[in-house]
Amino acid sequence: MFDIVFTVIARDLKLAMRRQADIVSALFFFIIVVSLFPLGIGPELDLLRQLAPGVLWVAALLATMLSLPRLFADDLRDGTLEQLALSPHPLGLVVTGKVIAHWLVSGLPLALIAPVLGIQFDLAGDALFVLTAAILLGTPALSGIGAIGAALTLGLRGGGVLLSLLVLPLYIPVLIFGAGAVDATVSGLGGEGHLSLLAAMTIAAIGFAPWASAAALKIALE
Amino acid sequence: MLEADNLECVRGERRLFAGLSFKLEAGELLYLQGRNGAGKTSLLRMLIGLLPPEAGDIRWQGEAIRRRRDDYHAALCYLGHLNAIKEELTPLENLLAGARLAGETLSEDDAIDALEQVGLAGREDLACKYLSQGQKRRVALARLVIDRRPLWILDEPFVALDVGAVDWLAGVISAHLQRGGMAVMTTHQPVAIPAGTVRELRIG
Repeated sequence: MFDIVFTVIARDLKLAMRRQADIVSALFFFIIVVSLFPLGIGPELDLLRQLAPGVLWVAALLATMLSLPRLFADDLRDGTLEQLALSPHPLGLVVTGKVIAHWLVSGLPLALIAPVLGIQFDLAGDALFVLTAAILLGTPALSGIGAIGAALTLGLRGGGVLLSLLVLPLYIPVLIFGAGAVDATVSGLGGEGHLSLLAAMTIAAIGFAPWASAAALKIALE
Repeated sequence: MLEADNLECVRGERRLFAGLSFKLEAGELLYLQGRNGAGKTSLLRMLIGLLPPEAGDIRWQGEAIRRRRDDYHAALCYLGHLNAIKEELTPLENLLAGARLAGETLSEDDAIDALEQVGLAGREDLACKYLSQGQKRRVALARLVIDRRPLWILDEPFVALDVGAVDWLAGVISAHLQRGGMAVMTTHQPVAIPAGTVRELRIG
């Protein structure tokens, strides 16, 4: 039964590899936005260290948002979504596969590049480690929550803007605990509690969001 | 056996049809006819379970399809207006991915064989974005060559095909009916299906 999840992941990854511009543009958006801040603020290391977690997380939220509108739109346009809805497997599992593939393509690269970008903000080694861990743990929740928004706005005109308005407020808890983990590490309090909460949010999002998205997709297909 | 009982369809404010009933047994083909906008595609979408009917019931093997959704979908092959192929993938990859997503097992040799039958020999490894409209349709139709599910629901399957391909597709549908399959299809072109019992239903 879980074969379908892996089948969908493999298909979406293959498609992403054939269309690398999508992955690269979200990643470069992240790199550029984050790099602009040290250039704009100047070499005040204390200020940069304070700003780093917030800047990196806000940029990560926006970079994840970039690729969300296309999560289901391509499949709807070419008719694949109908076929997925007609597969004898539950649509929620199909969407789980799509969410995981979305994370592998849009969230994972952000986590991998984040420590390099953190150096620009003069973050120490332990803070960089916690930053990477937080982005690694938090971005799957972003993909999951985003999938609900993408499914709800599917096929609407101006859906991209509506999607941001719908999804960004729901990203706030991830932002608070994600940035909080790094802040707590920098100030010596330890970020383990924040990381645990992030992990809990991710588990909840990956477990429940696909089923909510599937319900929204069924309405979009009527 | 596929049964529709007193179906009613309302799209927006308009009632497209009401009190529509039919029965389809193994080996039978149902031809849906009607002018544009009569509700043919809406009826097909009801039959595949994506559009809930305003009133009435659809039963597969005596059970309402709402209740046995997964079993019904495992027995159903739907070919819509859209080809459901990915432009970035090759015809071969499209066919294999489609079969896997539908829960079917398909070997690469069988897939290549099917693509040869639809006249795409030598183009298995070319991304679909380089194919013509008709060739893309053929990639979508290649599914029918290998499909052994009992119920086919086809929306305008003959669109964008040349004369030779129309005859070939009529043959594929006949073979399906001879195996004891069922098919429901809409078409504006009169196409002779050599085998099986053909029934007609006019809506609107």
